[in-house]
Amino acid sequence: MSEFFTDSVFFGAALTLAAYELGAFLRKKTGLAIFSPIIVAAACIIPLLLVLDIDYDTYNMGAQYISYLLTPATVALAIPLYRRIALLKKHLGAILCGLGSGILAGGLGTLGLCLLFDLEHSQYVTLLPKSVTTAIGMGLTEELGGVVAITAVAIMIAGNLGPVFAEFLFRIFRIRHPIARGLALGNASHAVGTSKAMELGEVEGAMSSLAIAVAGLMTVVLAPIFATFL
Amino acid sequence: MKLVRQFLIILLVSLLGELLRYLLPLPVPASVYGMALMLLCLCTGIIRLEQVERAADFLIEIMPVMFVPAAVSIMLSWDYLRPILIPVVVIVIAVTALVMAVTGLVTQGIIGRRQDHE
Repeated sequence: MSEFFTDSVFFGAALTLAAYELGAFLRKKTGLAIFSPIIVAAACIIPLLLVLDIDYDTYNMGAQYISYLLTPATVALAIPLYRRIALLKKHLGAILCGLGSGILAGGLGTLGLCLLFDLEHSQYVTLLPKSVTTAIGMGLTEELGGVVAITAVAIMIAGNLGPVFAEFLFRIFRIRHPIARGLALGNASHAVGTSKAMELGEVEGAMSSLAIAVAGLMTVVLAPIFATFL
Repeated sequence: MKLVRQFLIILLVSLLGELLRYLLPLPVPASVYGMALMLLCLCTGIIRLEQVERAADFLIEIMPVMFVPAAVSIMLSWDYLRPILIPVVVIVIAVTALVMAVTGLVTQGIIGRRQDHE
């Protein structure tokens, strides 16, 4: 039986989609942001593989065809960005300063806390790109010599925290402008933050999806500089 | 319509991204080069929106699923993560709140100041 799984091309891919659908179903039923379909899927697949004694490479035989699409999907992010290009041009200065300050604050915060916890260089660079969209974050970590899987986990935690924090932070810091709210969500919590921003309003959603791409590109430039600090 | 052609255009831009990644000695993933190239092609009119948007919207819609295999791969690095689990969680929580607050405050500050002048 185990040979069947080892030879199957569709096992990993079908399992991935099924587990994701289960996660999406749970979130719809409960309405809780904490039920990220990605996290639920991983939380189902890992124990299942361990119980059935199937190793990751066997699972990935099928699953790799899903991850294969990440590069073209990231290229496709240019399309929503292009659709909002007028809004981007109008507030270019404020958008770039806002995103840039957020990224600098994030880099300095990560550096300070890594020093505080006495983490090594490879652990530090693993955490540096944790606010950007997963495709860019994982690519960056690979380039910087970190552990890609840990970055993926950190990115997912950061993403799922965004919607949880947003209302509270926006209230105590009196962040009311829709562009500011959208950029804040997109810069801190990428795609998951964007889904929350879409609920807040159209401008928030547009700005948040814009932040994913622009902050991704800015982080690509800034993260290698920050990487030299520890 | 012409979904094959739409995917062809996106894959060609991805391929050019890989080529740039191969030629340039920068720590930039091929996907980011591809995204920048695609934006450049759209802005200059080399590629028109309707030539790629159906395939692009489809890819973006199913994008979250593509992160699942990477999330599952944590089972390979659990030994690496376990000793630093608490610092990692603390750092991610604190820095996410920091990034969100700073981005929102700075953006709102600049837009607000400009509107006061108008």
